[in-house]
Amino acid sequence: MTNRGASPVGIALLGGANAGAATGRGAALLALGGVALLLAPLVADRYLLSVLTTVLWFAYVGQAWNVMMGFSGLLSLGHALYVGLGAYASAALFVHFGVGPWAGALLAMLVAVAAGCGIGFLGFRFGVKGVHFALLTIAFAEVARVGFDHIQWLGGSGGFFLPVEAGVSDPLNLRGSPLLFYYVILALTGAALLLARALLHSRLGYQWLAVREDAEAAEAVGVDLFTARMTAVAVSSALTALGGVFQAFYFNNLFPEQVFSMGRSIEIILPAIVGGIGTLIGPILGAFILTPMGEGLTFLLEVSGLELPGLKQLFYGVALVVIVVFRPDGVWPWLARRLGLVRANAEGEDAR
Amino acid sequence: MRSGMPIDYYLNIAASGLLAGLVYGLAALGLSVIFGVVRVVNFAHGEMMVAGMYGAVLLAGYAGLDPLLSAPIVAALLFVCGWGLQRGLVNRFVERPEHMQFILLLGIATILVNGMLMLFGPDSRNVMVPYGFDTLEIGPMLLDAVRVRAGVAAIGIAVALFAFFRFTRTGKAIRACADNPLGARVVGLNLDGLYALTFGIGAAVVGAAGALMTLLVDARPQLAPEYTLLSFIIVIVGGLGSLPGALLGGVLIGVSETLAGFLLSPSLKSLFSYGVLILVLLLRPQGLLGKRS
Repeated sequence: MTNRGASPVGIALLGGANAGAATGRGAALLALGGVALLLAPLVADRYLLSVLTTVLWFAYVGQAWNVMMGFSGLLSLGHALYVGLGAYASAALFVHFGVGPWAGALLAMLVAVAAGCGIGFLGFRFGVKGVHFALLTIAFAEVARVGFDHIQWLGGSGGFFLPVEAGVSDPLNLRGSPLLFYYVILALTGAALLLARALLHSRLGYQWLAVREDAEAAEAVGVDLFTARMTAVAVSSALTALGGVFQAFYFNNLFPEQVFSMGRSIEIILPAIVGGIGTLIGPILGAFILTPMGEGLTFLLEVSGLELPGLKQLFYGVALVVIVVFRPDGVWPWLARRLGLVRANAEGEDAR
Repeated sequence: MRSGMPIDYYLNIAASGLLAGLVYGLAALGLSVIFGVVRVVNFAHGEMMVAGMYGAVLLAGYAGLDPLLSAPIVAALLFVCGWGLQRGLVNRFVERPEHMQFILLLGIATILVNGMLMLFGPDSRNVMVPYGFDTLEIGPMLLDAVRVRAGVAAIGIAVALFAFFRFTRTGKAIRACADNPLGARVVGLNLDGLYALTFGIGAAVVGAAGALMTLLVDARPQLAPEYTLLSFIIVIVGGLGSLPGALLGGVLIGVSETLAGFLLSPSLKSLFSYGVLILVLLLRPQGLLGKRS
């Protein structure tokens, strides 16, 4: 809340989370939302709980992706790679070596960070920028997709399955009821929000924003571009891998064609784009807008008895176009201003 | 491995890869034209190509047209779509940040591919031609007639495109926009109109490539993202914005994919293309025939 006065051009331009501190109303609403989510299982049935779990998962990975794109301006279109690496690493440790997911998550994150930093190192060292960097991330995700199809140790294209035993409740091994998974992903989403907020208001966060807005200017004032970008990739890939660990133990099956697909990468970037790239609440809001709408469509199709595979994705496509044409900054900055949830910053875009 | 095979055998494989690569190259040419002039990466490129494939499939099914004959019709239809898309949407994004252009076209791609999935279903549709199983004997090589026709047609269209850009007034005006948008505006060129024209041409070219592709591959919506990525790979390998580079890249990828698919395993062939892409991005990011920016 202290970015007033300390804000260079970039931060002032950001809008949303940085343009102004939350008003009392905003903070109250956020707290209310948190409490509602904590209490939701009391009233939600199994189906609703699964929808909420999906919503929170996308909010979580959207937040993770946002660290790279929203904070540091690095467009990754291959985030399915980190989800997949996290998922496969933790699942392999569990199935082959009996290592539980909480310990496995550390290694899973390490694997993803290594991959992310590898890609980042190649990209940044060789000056791969913009379009080319985005394509590099796609290329590596695709390599993983095709490559994992051929790793028989991990099930290959036939899929990798985690043992499922009905009625077992073993939180230490992330085995249990949907309720357990709901609270795990809720905790992860909350933690990611707090972490992202802390990062954004740290020295590192300001460096990221400066690099995003004008890399040359940032370098001129002494920001080490390479380090700043690499840390963004490392944080983002580690967080995303944790989402992968959750996915592996929640769904208990992994198929390279799904896990690493480009469609998945697009699904990951949607919440942040719809909610607002570079904002803290954006990815969460985006997930709460998109997933229920997608579920609603599926429900309508089921009720009407129509079989139209692809309608849900078609809707996501329309959502992307509509958002980027009419609300290019995302829904959150606009909504927050309209509802008076954030104070307009004196140096914010409203004042310009 | 098949080390005992005679050299003719490899020659045959390479030649059929080359012919398919020419069609790939033609598709990538469309992407390169759009990027070179409008400076927007068409993320819906493979989707447009598959739309072209379905155009040819439908024209063959209802009018009995050979894909070689339906290619101009498909190209004209896609020209209109591309022109309209640039006029209606993309023109307002030309000055916007790169990631917004990406997202816009990604959205359009998602709409197109799933629209086709809903219209045509996930099953593959093919085009039957009377010369479907004919082979041509050229020197020591036996080549599929369909591949030869598709490859030759691709060269024909590419040559026509080069001629258009080199010799016509409109072509020169478009090149002027590519070289220096501000200068082009100063001398009185209508940038928005020329951008729309260019996007239309790019869409027409990839539509024609799609029509030709039906001679080699059955149409499926799922091909679309693959072709988008393939076109990117080719264009980057050849050099973004370089037209001969796109054709060269297409041939290179076509040949290496066929050889890799044959020597290693068909499912590994795309891995090989990504490997080539990663190498080129790192060692020569401007592409084989591209100019350093």
